Amino acid sequence: MRFSEKIQALQETPLTASSIDILQVNVGYRCNLACKHCHVEGGPDRQEVMSRETVDAVVKVIRNGGIKTVDITGGAPELNPHFPVLVEETAKAGCQVVVRTNLAIFFEEGMEHLFSWYDRGQIEIVASLPSFRREQVDRVRGNGIFEKSIAALRRLNCLGYGGDNGRRLNLVYNPAGAFFPPEQSSLEAEYKKELLSLFGITFNRLYTFANIPVGRFRQFLVRTGNLEKYMTKLTDAFNPETLCGLMCRRLVSVGWDGRLYDCDFNQMIGLGITEGYPGTIGDFDIDRLAARKIAVDDHCFGCTAGQGST
Amino acid sequence: MGDYYKEEDLDRFGQIGKFKPELFKKFMDWYNASLQPGALTKREKVLIGLGVAHALQCPYCIDAYTKSSLEEGMSLEHITEAVHVAAAVRSGASLIHGIQAHNAAEKISL
Repeated sequence: MRFSEKIQALQETPLTASSIDILQVNVGYRCNLACKHCHVEGGPDRQEVMSRETVDAVVKVIRNGGIKTVDITGGAPELNPHFPVLVEETAKAGCQVVVRTNLAIFFEEGMEHLFSWYDRGQIEIVASLPSFRREQVDRVRGNGIFEKSIAALRRLNCLGYGGDNGRRLNLVYNPAGAFFPPEQSSLEAEYKKELLSLFGITFNRLYTFANIPVGRFRQFLVRTGNLEKYMTKLTDAFNPETLCGLMCRRLVSVGWDGRLYDCDFNQMIGLGITEGYPGTIGDFDIDRLAARKIAVDDHCFGCTAGQGST
Repeated sequence: MGDYYKEEDLDRFGQIGKFKPELFKKFMDWYNASLQPGALTKREKVLIGLGVAHALQCPYCIDAYTKSSLEEGMSLEHITEAVHVAAAVRSGASLIHGIQAHNAAEKISL
């Protein structure tokens, strides 16, 4: 059964947005890394980078009010030359700023200022760390990345990130393959214990996300003959209780070129906002978008499987 | 015999219940209940399953419990240690029977 049919059968109406609290902004696919599971297929050679004009259009939407949180992602967002403007203007508008960083970016040439810049801006950091074990991280993200990630986390801790009363430092776990993540709270407890005892690192929350079958992860599934089994696993694990908390119901995702999507995954497969609703940042209308029908496809089973990933 | 065990046959396990469905249901209820966390955590139970899978050399169980181990956040290090325990216990079981050989030899020797 297709995802749309599943939703229709369950609630007799399509999936719709409930409000728009979060504006997720993908500032481009350029990245210093090329992780094996990346749904964006980010990498150093990607040319898709959000322009200053589009950044200004995003800032205009933020200034218009209604958005509580701006969640900036990439690629590596820090590689977009207009990233500082976006962050600073977002903060000035009174929105919470969350940046998804890969941690290794802090050690790239010309990025030495990032630690103090993040600290001054009191920006919430969400950092990828698929394991607390070197072998697993380097296998997925590239040789030497674990070492850099640990060094970055230690520096962030020294600046007051990741403590009980300091700046928020959250980590993200994705499974390193065609299997589901462990239960979030138990893995968070294990991460906290291991990172503290092995490296003296503290952090606030761990989010566990299932890999969504798009982008580079989908290519891996196809190449290894795992796609059909993985899709069956996702479909069989469909949990209707995840529907009310789905992130797509509370956010709009802006692509590097200013097009609007229901989530970052839809962006990667070119599945835009449902026809009849605003489709670009220039047309952004928070009330109409908050009442939109969400565009779905079978990759959406990835967000509704088991404990849910959102 | 190379394709004696087919990967897709694991998904056909339910077909066993075509005959004597009440027995199969009892088995499934028992199986699922035994894996629920209790005095042992889910992770500990999965590792026991992985060890037994290797001791029995059941290809379906090895695939299933390896995946479950990864889904419990375990690494190849954990998996390999568990397999060593299974292999060591199984080997020890053979070796201890050396005593039976000694006993048998003793019994018929002058």
